[in-house]
Amino acid sequence: MERSRIVFSGSGGQGVITASIILAKAAAIFEDKHAIQSQSYGAAARGGATRSDIIIDDSEICFPKVIQPNVLVSLTQESYNKFAPIIRPGGLLLVDSKYVTIEKKVDAKHITLPMYETVMKEIGKPIVFNICVLGALISISGLIRPESIMKVLETTIPEDFMEMNEKALDLGIKMGKKEHY
Amino acid sequence: MTTQAFNFKDYIRPRFFPHIWCPGCGHGIVLGSLLRAVHELGLDKNEIVMTSGIGCSSRISGYVDFHSLHTIHGRALSFATGVKLSQPNLKAIVPMGDGDALAIGGNHFIHAARRNIDITAIVMNNRIYGMTGGQFSPLSGSGKKATTAPYTTIDRDFDVAELAKSAGATFVARSTVYHANECKDLIKKGITHKGFSVVEILTQCPTYYGRKNKEGDAIQMMEGYKTNTAKIGSKKLEKNPDLIQRGIFVKNTDVPEYCEAYDKIIKTAMKGKA
Amino acid sequence: MKNKNNIRFIQGNEACVEGAIYAGIDFFAGYPITPSTEIAEHLASRLPQKGGKFIQMEDEIASMGAIIGASLTGNKVMTATSGPGFSLKQEALGYACMAEIPCVIANVQRGGPSTGNPTHVSQGDVNQARWGTHGDHAIIALTASNHQDVFEMTITAFNMAETYRTPVILLLDEVIGHMREKVTIPETGKIPVVERLRTSVKKGVDYHPYLPREDGRLPMSDFGEEHRYNVTGLFHDMWGFPNNNPKVVGELLRHLVDKIENNVNDISRFKEYWLDDAEFILVSYGSSARSAIHLARNRRSRGVKIGVLELQTLWPFPSELVKEKCAGAKAVIVVEMNLGQIVTQVKNAVDNPHNVFLSNRIDGELITPTDIKSLLRVIQGKGV
Repeated sequence: MERSRIVFSGSGGQGVITASIILAKAAAIFEDKHAIQSQSYGAAARGGATRSDIIIDDSEICFPKVIQPNVLVSLTQESYNKFAPIIRPGGLLLVDSKYVTIEKKVDAKHITLPMYETVMKEIGKPIVFNICVLGALISISGLIRPESIMKVLETTIPEDFMEMNEKALDLGIKMGKKEHY
Repeated sequence: MTTQAFNFKDYIRPRFFPHIWCPGCGHGIVLGSLLRAVHELGLDKNEIVMTSGIGCSSRISGYVDFHSLHTIHGRALSFATGVKLSQPNLKAIVPMGDGDALAIGGNHFIHAARRNIDITAIVMNNRIYGMTGGQFSPLSGSGKKATTAPYTTIDRDFDVAELAKSAGATFVARSTVYHANECKDLIKKGITHKGFSVVEILTQCPTYYGRKNKEGDAIQMMEGYKTNTAKIGSKKLEKNPDLIQRGIFVKNTDVPEYCEAYDKIIKTAMKGKA
Repeated sequence: MKNKNNIRFIQGNEACVEGAIYAGIDFFAGYPITPSTEIAEHLASRLPQKGGKFIQMEDEIASMGAIIGASLTGNKVMTATSGPGFSLKQEALGYACMAEIPCVIANVQRGGPSTGNPTHVSQGDVNQARWGTHGDHAIIALTASNHQDVFEMTITAFNMAETYRTPVILLLDEVIGHMREKVTIPETGKIPVVERLRTSVKKGVDYHPYLPREDGRLPMSDFGEEHRYNVTGLFHDMWGFPNNNPKVVGELLRHLVDKIENNVNDISRFKEYWLDDAEFILVSYGSSARSAIHLARNRRSRGVKIGVLELQTLWPFPSELVKEKCAGAKAVIVVEMNLGQIVTQVKNAVDNPHNVFLSNRIDGELITPTDIKSLLRVIQGKGV
């Protein structure tokens, strides 16, 4: 596979970091790939633009930061405005329709999905929004298999919440399937 | 408790003597009271760890034939916290001077009290920094002379007992080297109390504090301890409430001791894992 | 399916915790400070699970004191901190050197001086690790560039602390501490663990806590056991009694330095990549070594004869090793995130210091392969 350089961005509290860790962990442990996750740290724990970098590859990864992502996920207008300019030409840009309005097109495949609205309509819990985004991302990009995500979730979240998370992941996968990249 | 007669030599390291204290210094009386206390309690020398900082007072830890840890200035209580928490069966005794306890070490003092870890702090209050040659300490009080206060001090002093009490120490007592037997009894009570114990002992430094402040020689200074102090609950104190109080200020057995509380954490954590 | 329980996807700080647990840590004292805090957090949860002790002290000085006290009762101990806290620990660290107390101090480096750049990377504490405490002394400082190595070097740190009766500094950095990658925890016994060497001297027989054996090691006796002795930060004789006799002072200081400096070959850990025919050698360590290896691999694919010497032991500095490995190189580029701390050592070590260059970054960002490439091109005469 080609080296995937992903930037997951949004605001603190949206589960951006959690989703990126799940993605990288699933790739590293359950798909035997090399994966690295790192994030930018500020003084604030909530609010502000959050960024998490993920690199996934079949070969060893040394330099751990993403300079030019070929995949950018933005869940807030602020993070979209900030990071859209750094996307690699021909890359993939995934945003949520409730939070982000595409202002100036960049040289990338733009995909806007109503992920937040769908989660609220079908599940009613914003807490699994990030899992839905993860579902959409892996279904559009084919980065890793959904089963690997589920295996990570099984080891990290309480059983009572599994059903809700699985549903959110499926919602995302279904939305993503309609898109081509 | 023991019925055997007390012999100094059973508890000291002759190799360390003669000691460094000046003639007339009160610290030797504190050492004597401490050793008698240990003797009367019948403690095994192997179960005692003496941890001290830097200064005249801290030298006690080397003179005694216990496990001894002579550390850096002001930090003895933190070293002792490591000893005690890692091996709660050991008795941790920390002799401290003015600076160790309440200047450079003041923060460790209040936090050890707050935790209520089972350590006995013996604060040897001589109102001066002796080892460095007579500078004022946080226990000197205002209007005193010292090499760093040639025009007299403007710094107020701490009340060790009040500070220990408000920081959460569960045993707080005070005596003076004039009252050697009382010292011994209070040290005994401090050691047997489960929790952070503070025993403040007023001890004279005739060389620096006494000379600088014209309080006379060692004998005159000790007489001062006799006349200017009174036992809590005594008629003398009732008549003169401004005298320095001696006796037990706090004895509280309701607060959990830190190491015992941590043992409960271990039990919880081990269950969680299984 | 393969058992995945021993494969973890964790932060470098947690890899350090796993290493400490593997090495047999019993006691941790610390004070929260970015970017090292996860070490304290994970040990707060892990230590009591195995009957060990964790305590959050009132400051970094107290934390250092507490681990020294706990080491003397026979425990394997550690504390963790970053720049400002590392500064605070220096006096007690010197005490541990003088009194020969085994302990491990992790410093997850951030930008300094002062409060500096708490959430950003730096390698500015290399010289502080060497010379932070006052007076002549020797020190061991180890580092690592990936999580598997962080795990192993943490075990090595505990092992060396016990072997040489000395504090060992684990010099990590913010990038390594915070990023997540895979670590495989080996089965117990796969990596050797050095246990404390305790005295065989029987009760009633004179035990000399500070008299080295023939092999230079000093067997210990736990506080609480039969041998009662004095531990002090003053110069002392073989019983641990304060002594300022010139002969005693001189000999003790030499012993403290020689026990480490004379064992530089045993203490030295390093990795090498494509050095055999390398005309250009990148010398690096910690997270900057990742960028150096990245660039070297990239240039190799374009035919440039370039290799990497990754140092994992920074102190005592492996001068002979560096001299030998760099002997045939046209140019040596030291890659580090400070104004040139290891480069000075490399210049002192090699035959031709004029061929040693510094590729660095000091702005809180991880040095990139492109940063190193720019300097390489200049050295190659190709311009930027």
